[in-house]
Amino acid sequence: MPDPLALLANTAGKLTRLGLQLTGRGGTALPGLVALTIDPDFIGAVASELAHGVVFVSGTNGKTTTARMLSDIVRATGWGPIHNRSGSNLERGIAGALLTENDWRGVLRGDIGMFEVDEASLPRVLGRISPRVVLVTNLFRDQLDRYFEIDQLARRIGDAVAKLDPRVILVLNADDPIVAWLGQRHSGPVLYFGLDDPDVGGLVPQAISDATRCPRCRQPLRYQRVVLAHEGDWSCPSCGLTRPERDVSATRVVLTPLSSEIQLRTAVASAFDPVRVPIAGLYNAYNALAALAVARALDIALPTAALAIANFRPAFGRLEQVAVDGRELRLILVKNPAGFNAAIGALLESGRRSRLLAALNDRDADGRDVSWIWDADFETLAPTVEHAVVTGIRSRDLANRLKYAGVARDRIEVVDQWGSAIDRALGGAAPGGEVVVLATYTAMLALRGELARRGHVANFWED
Amino acid sequence: MDLHIAHLYPDLMNIYGDRGNVLALTQRASWRDISVEVRAFTAGMTFDADWPDLWFFGGGQDQGQDIVSADLVGPNGDALRASLANGAAALTICGGYQLLGHEYVPENAPSIPGLGVLDVRTRAGTLRFVGNLVAETPDGVLVGFENHSGRTYLGPKAKPLGTVVVGNGNNGEDKTEGAVQGKIVGTYSHGSCLPKNPWLADRLLAWALERRHGPQKLMPLDDREEKAASEQAVEVAKVRA
Ligand SMILES: [Zn+2]
Repeated sequence: MPDPLALLANTAGKLTRLGLQLTGRGGTALPGLVALTIDPDFIGAVASELAHGVVFVSGTNGKTTTARMLSDIVRATGWGPIHNRSGSNLERGIAGALLTENDWRGVLRGDIGMFEVDEASLPRVLGRISPRVVLVTNLFRDQLDRYFEIDQLARRIGDAVAKLDPRVILVLNADDPIVAWLGQRHSGPVLYFGLDDPDVGGLVPQAISDATRCPRCRQPLRYQRVVLAHEGDWSCPSCGLTRPERDVSATRVVLTPLSSEIQLRTAVASAFDPVRVPIAGLYNAYNALAALAVARALDIALPTAALAIANFRPAFGRLEQVAVDGRELRLILVKNPAGFNAAIGALLESGRRSRLLAALNDRDADGRDVSWIWDADFETLAPTVEHAVVTGIRSRDLANRLKYAGVARDRIEVVDQWGSAIDRALGGAAPGGEVVVLATYTAMLALRGELARRGHVANFWED
Repeated sequence: MDLHIAHLYPDLMNIYGDRGNVLALTQRASWRDISVEVRAFTAGMTFDADWPDLWFFGGGQDQGQDIVSADLVGPNGDALRASLANGAAALTICGGYQLLGHEYVPENAPSIPGLGVLDVRTRAGTLRFVGNLVAETPDGVLVGFENHSGRTYLGPKAKPLGTVVVGNGNNGEDKTEGAVQGKIVGTYSHGSCLPKNPWLADRLLAWALERRHGPQKLMPLDDREEKAASEQAVEVAKVRA
């Protein structure tokens, strides 16, 4: 660590962390805040010491899963990732992650930063650290009460991208017009990934209209194929803007209830195809594709990356399976319409009737505005719902949403306590049966806390 | 019986769960055996002023709003004005509400003319109003979520939809929320508005049916879920405020 101010910030941050640990209050953002207060350039100063540089993983959906896949990939190549985990997405979280991974002299135990960055924080963070690679997975409406409009957000990210060092490699989703457009603002190399399987996706855009207009000329876009929401094979008939050529392309995706396989279109890949992704859902296939594209930007060999992904274990609340009394709970974190639609897409792929435990909270981390449930495609889910237990601070909104989606009244049950809701949902399931848990962030924490109290899962900060 | 609903600029002005409002209208009609057709009316099309019985105009993003206001300056604005003059009803929310007024005055930029069918004016504010919104109205409580920086002020022809209990409403100053003028309703309450405020959905449906079929009495529905959602939302809003 070169500069004295950063060293002072490091010492103060570590002391704060130690103090909190001694008083039994771990896991807060305070140490990071202390370090940043003393040295606003703390993360930049520390991160510049990382031998393999810093990767930013940003976008609305898939950050956590993709960053975790990438951490596994770089570990498999022999590097030591420093990863900001558990939703601490802001500068403070990054500072906190650095404080856990360096010693009192400021020497880091890792050599590559794998930082999840909220899309809203990305412009600011790009000004603080010069990264090696920036990944943007997708841009959807998410917690609009915090982020306001997606257009404005895309513009701010674009402005920050325009100021990037030309050595920075951008990795972008070609299928997302707003994200792909960011590539036009960068003076350096851009690597695009995308899904090119003609059998994946349909023709009708889902009822989310974030980007049905061209990012350049604002005229309506035309889709040959829609994968998820506004992601797909798009082009603009008015100004001729088209989806960029994919550097990493999935030519075939085979989805099964518990996993998927991706066939890549690259010469070097042929011997190792297909890549096995051990978590269900098309959106996780997308996350794997994004991780493979970043691995390529980091010059990591495909077999190494593919093997790391095949051995991947998902993070808390992201398609986690929990066995309780001979029944299976499948936990799915939902926070916005696109994420919800992708999650139910994964459910529908299994073709089964579903028993649901749905939990809606409206705290800051969930998004205080619950309007998004009306944009989520409950209509597609409704015919498969055998029974739904709804709970959470805004459980009645959820019950009403199910009613308007066409789920019969007698199939919807509102239960107020987390424990009782779990009991009711499990009680109705046959032995060997499955309950799908769809919950917002703090509701998932509460449900998972209840499961931990009963000894069915470890507390998530222990994994 | 049948009914026509025009969803205005759904590709440009559909955020904050606006889809739920259209869904509430269509479901509440179909539960009464009224068949509803919903059509999108958007920029680049030629609006048919005779077709809609009810217009729905939602909130929008900044750039979407620019395209929409440009479109409304032309013949599509005339068609919308003529339709409303001929007895069609309208529900407008947030950006849509502002665009039906006389003007929107941004900070340090020339005023953007609105359609002028609602006697309201909006100017840009610095602080954004974001949070739960509860208002008392003569017909029941109005509950939703507001997210706007515009400050809307009512002229004499527009009557407030309700009085603010929690949140900011039109401008954060005079405790008014929304506006009603004839069969045109404007509000800052999304979230989605109609599924939790079924009295408003039914009032709009009755107005729309009247245009096509003469005065109608709507069959009452069992609104247990709607009422429970409204009560819970009001309770949460009051605790947070
Ligand atoms: Zn274009």
